[in-house]
Amino acid sequence: MAATIRITRDFDVAEECVQDAFARALATWGEQGIPTNPGAWLTTVARRRAIDVGRRRDVAMRSQRFLVVDTDTEPEATEGGFEDDRLRLIFTCCHPSLATDTQVALALRMLCGLSTAEVAKAFLVKDSAMAARLTRAKKKIALARIPYRVPERSELRSRIDSVLLVVHLLFTTGHTSPVGENLSQVDLVERSLDLARMLRGLLPDDAEVASLLALILLTDSRRGARVGAEGEFLRLADQDRSKWHRDSIDEGLVLVAESIRQGRPGRFTLMAAIAAVHSSAPHWDETDWAEIVGLYDLLLEAWPSPVVALNRAVAVSFAQGPLAGLAAIDALSTDPQLSTYPYLAAARGDCLERLERFAEAREAFEEAALLTENHVERDFLHSRIAQLN
Amino acid sequence: MAEYLVLIYSNEASWADRGEEFAKEITDGHNKFGQKHGASLRGGNALESTMTATSIRTNESGGTVTTDGPFAETKEALGGYYVIEADDLDAAIAIAKDIPAPFGGIEVRPIRVM
Repeated sequence: MAATIRITRDFDVAEECVQDAFARALATWGEQGIPTNPGAWLTTVARRRAIDVGRRRDVAMRSQRFLVVDTDTEPEATEGGFEDDRLRLIFTCCHPSLATDTQVALALRMLCGLSTAEVAKAFLVKDSAMAARLTRAKKKIALARIPYRVPERSELRSRIDSVLLVVHLLFTTGHTSPVGENLSQVDLVERSLDLARMLRGLLPDDAEVASLLALILLTDSRRGARVGAEGEFLRLADQDRSKWHRDSIDEGLVLVAESIRQGRPGRFTLMAAIAAVHSSAPHWDETDWAEIVGLYDLLLEAWPSPVVALNRAVAVSFAQGPLAGLAAIDALSTDPQLSTYPYLAAARGDCLERLERFAEAREAFEEAALLTENHVERDFLHSRIAQLN
Repeated sequence: MAEYLVLIYSNEASWADRGEEFAKEITDGHNKFGQKHGASLRGGNALESTMTATSIRTNESGGTVTTDGPFAETKEALGGYYVIEADDLDAAIAIAKDIPAPFGGIEVRPIRVM
């Protein structure tokens, strides 16, 4: 897809050419056998078709709607050339002038190859609404002339960071669905992992990119342990760690160590390091909470977000006790960004329960249950309330 | 190459609190901007404040109603604009970021080619 867009400079036409190539593959490979390098075959056929289509179109019609592409260099017909195109596509889909939700939708559609219907399902909207959103996005890309290129050196760091945020958002949405029946949407998690691996392959020297992959691997390693036998939510404290996926953890730990060695840890390196501390503890009771609080202190400096502050407060409650934790949480209670955030109330409830202030704990859990739209989380909160009695 | 309209928005009340020296700083900023990006500029002006604005609306019967004030009453008001020429949005944004815009911000909008 990425290599074809370079020629067509139009998302929709590129898509048609790629479809044609697949159709041809189905037709010819059956008779002639699968070529040695199917990827290259498909790409070459799609690009040839695109050049063909381009020749036939009226020039006047083409003038307004194209992606701006640097025409000075022709891509080499090597894997490296096509990888550059994938990078270009990633940076275009994740351009900061597009809304974050739109960036995620475009990434799913153009990079992961999901159909519009599949993307609509991921966002829990109607097909027609998602189709309209994607059309508007493509229109903006064309009319505002968002360039199809890897950003300038001076912009690269901030642009990579926004790509990482998009992939991370995709992962967290998949890992814990904000709404609905199930705790997670496995498809989204898989897609975010695909994208993180793709980025790692394309930008092998970037510590933050490596750390995003590590973060996803380490967090997702717990997938098999997060839900109990009756479909109930299990906290980190209650998970059977033998069900954690060891290979993912091993891979993640190596990546984190490598990233930290590069020095000046960024946001994702610190988040991955925190996940690594959890993944390294054989049991909840052996978690190095002081280390985690220290990492959160650094993360808060790099990323002064109220959600990070809340997560830090929870770590404080385990490192220094529930009273200290409660004080840290209450300091955040007036932050407007957290006013409808269920985890604030849930964290308060947990501290209050540990302090044996049961009536207040009950109120806090009830508030959290009202604020979450995820049924599995809500059931969990109700069970916490029941346990208080 | 394409043209973009760059709109400068700012909170007029915040300006009132600052003195002449601050105004001079901003003017210097615009002069520096003009020197740095002269080759890309196709036009630009500062506007008088929104209290001098007049709005004209069409009513249901097809006639017009003329009123005092800017079209949209917003906290940040339109204070000036530049027309710039740039290859693509990234280039336009890079230029626009050099425009002094305290107490507000900047909008970058592509100009339609007819």
